[in-house]
This record gives sequence, C-alpha cells and structure tokens, in this order.
Amino acid sequence: MTVHPPQPGPGLTVTPYERPAGVHPPLDFAQYRSTALRAPRRPLVLLPHRLTEITGPLLGAERVTAADADLTAQHEGEPQGQRITVAGRVLDSGGRPVPDTLIEIWQPNAGGRYRHAVDDHPAPLDPNFTGVGRCLTDSAGRYRFTTIKPGSYPWRNHPNAWRPAHIHFSLFGRAFTQRLVTQMYFPGDPLFFQDPIFNSVPEAARDRMISRFDLGLTVPERALGYTWDIVLRGRGATAFEQPDGHR
Amino acid sequence: MTPRLTPSQTVGPFLAIGLPWRDGPFVVPEGTDGAITITGRVLDGAGDPVPDALVETWQADPDGRFAHPDDPRGAAGRGFRGFGRCPTGPDGSYRIVTLKPGALPSPGGGTEAPHLDVSVFARGLLDRVVTRVYFPDEGPANEADPVLASIGDPAWAATLVARPGPDPARLRFDIHLQGDQETVFFDV
Repeated sequence: MTVHPPQPGPGLTVTPYERPAGVHPPLDFAQYRSTALRAPRRPLVLLPHRLTEITGPLLGAERVTAADADLTAQHEGEPQGQRITVAGRVLDSGGRPVPDTLIEIWQPNAGGRYRHAVDDHPAPLDPNFTGVGRCLTDSAGRYRFTTIKPGSYPWRNHPNAWRPAHIHFSLFGRAFTQRLVTQMYFPGDPLFFQDPIFNSVPEAARDRMISRFDLGLTVPERALGYTWDIVLRGRGATAFEQPDGHR
Repeated sequence: MTPRLTPSQTVGPFLAIGLPWRDGPFVVPEGTDGAITITGRVLDGAGDPVPDALVETWQADPDGRFAHPDDPRGAAGRGFRGFGRCPTGPDGSYRIVTLKPGALPSPGGGTEAPHLDVSVFARGLLDRVVTRVYFPDEGPANEADPVLASIGDPAWAATLVARPGPDPARLRFDIHLQGDQETVFFDV
C-alpha cells in the first residue's frame, strides 16, 4: 500500500472545539464508590485539537431502521409501564443543530430491571421489553423515541441507595471531541438528593440532565411527552456560555 | 439564550445491552490485506481486569486522511470507517482489527506520528477517558511527535506505545486506569 508523506504543515489550520468548564463531573468523586479503583490518579495531559480530534465517525444511516426508535414495538406484545415519547434536539453550544448524528439509548424496564445478565435486582424482566433504541437526528438536529418510563432501582453504592429513573444516551456528534455519553432524568424525581452520579455534576449544570414534561408532545390517549435537548461542544473558544446570546 | 452544554454521566454497568455492535471491533473485515490487530486489557488500580468497559478507536486511513468534511485537506473517500468499538470481556480484554494509520501534518508545522485516538467508557468513569495508541516500529516519528513530547516524562509517554508481538500484525496495548503503570490520559 502506498503511504504518501503528509503535506507540509505550516499552512494547515484547524478550529479547535471549546473546552467546557464547570459542566462535566470530576473523574475522582469518592461518593460514587466505583471511581475508587478506576479514576486515573495522575493529571490529564492537555491535548490540543488536531486532525484526529476535529474529525470523527460519521455513522448511522446504515445502522438504524425506523423501528429502532420505538422501544415499545420490538416484541410480539407491548411492554408493561407508562408509554412516553422522548424528543428534542441535538445542538452545539453555538445553537447550531447537529444533523444526521447517531443516538443510542438503553434503559431498564418499568420495574427498574435491565435485560442484562449481571442485573440481579429482583424485579421481573418484561418479555416485551429489551430497552435498547437508536435513531439518527434529522436535518434540524431533532430526535424522537417512543419507550416506557424506566423504573428506579436499588444499587449497592451506599446503604439503601436508589438510582433516580434515567435513560442512558450515547451521542457521536461530528467530531471525536464531541463524543458524549450521559443520562436523561425525569422532572421532580425524589431520589436526586441521594444519588452520587447525578450529584457528581457541578450543581449549576445538573438541571441540564433533567427532561421537561411537555403536554404538547404527548400523544393523546397514548403516551406522555418529555422534551430534552442535548448540547454538544461547539467550535471556537468564544462561543462558550455567552449570557443571553443569540440562538 | 445560548444553549448550555450537557454534562457527561457514566455508562454504568449495563452498557453491554445497548452499545456493542456485531461489527464493532472490525474497522476493516478480518483478513483484509494489511490488517493489524490491536489487543489488550483494561485494568483497574488493583491490577484487576475491568470486564464492563467499552473501548472505542478513531484514526486516519493508511494515507493519513479522514473521510470527514472538516479535514482542511479535504475529505477522503468513504471507503475506510476509521472507527472501532469493542466491549471488554470477563478478563478485561478487547481487540480492534484495523489498518495502520498514516502520519498526519500537525497544524502550525511538524508531523504527528501514526496513532489512534482511544476512548474508554466504564462503570466508575463519570466521563470517558481518552488516550492514544502509537506504534513500536515508528521510533523516529514517535520521537518527533508533538503530543508524545508534550507529556514531558518519557517513561510515562511510553505507556502510549503498543508492544510488538511475535506476529508483527498483532500489537498489544494494555490500558491501566490507575496504578504504577497508569496510562497517560488526555484532557481533550
């Protein structure tokens, strides 16, 4: 295979992505016990954005069918639980939609049980619910899933620990730098106060993980609606968190 | 109001129901001319395997090009996916089958040695951790690489160079999240 020498570099310029402050949780967060042996101890090394970081996998169309966005229609019968629509937009911090980007979600069933061999929570599995969905955002960055409201479940992080109800979201954006895995929560969950994963995020940013009940998104006689916009890092250092900026 | 960035949260222990793809580890199909395999284990601070992690890779093609419109040199054709994804097994192991990437021009001058960007997700990681794989047969290029040079400590930087196996097409890259051999992780 021919390997061409790289072009001379001095003419090459790239626009880096912003570096968020006060948004993401620290890796080392003692209240979440699983961090103890897994969070790196040495400082992270600053990686200026070069070609590998400003590009990324543009995947999806061949991996997604329309049926993948309806988690209530993947089996013979319908799953137990409250049907919901979860929809919103994927934007960058400059307010630009992120179109054609792959979103993958996974969640437990209405009783708080994941369809996973390691989940030993003694709530029943639902033969009609797998809990996995995917879709591509449209040209305006919009996405939409139909699913059931996930249950809360106990875990062993601390005595009588319970996870607030949540749906896991995985997003690619358009660059390695924009890759994001997060969790979407539901408004008014009484379990937030005792959850170290939710509370690992700086206080001012926690509400960004909570969806909003949206009557306009409900499907009458069918499903409740929750709206949640997801915001990925944008390009350029100056776009970050301008108060009352344009959209 | 300007949209506010969404925070990261851990993938948790059950990512295996949602994220693995059947073809994930195969950036190129097995048996592709020139294919290499990168294998290794993800290990925690006690040296124990991490059996519930996900390793993702992103890289240039063998000519040092990306199938992406934001590459200022122009996008390469869509022939090479560039992306690999593999969940770890019970022994913490993963593997990625791919082609060795080419070197890259670095903005402002200089050259980046062939490398893969790597993300690791797992229960206990509230955000992904990002590292890089470099190649053991690229000594002079690695010496000149601006990212390896920025690490300062050559012994630590060496954690980013894969180890050669008896078969030159099989490289070993262990990822130590913590401990004496802790891998270099980047603030990306």
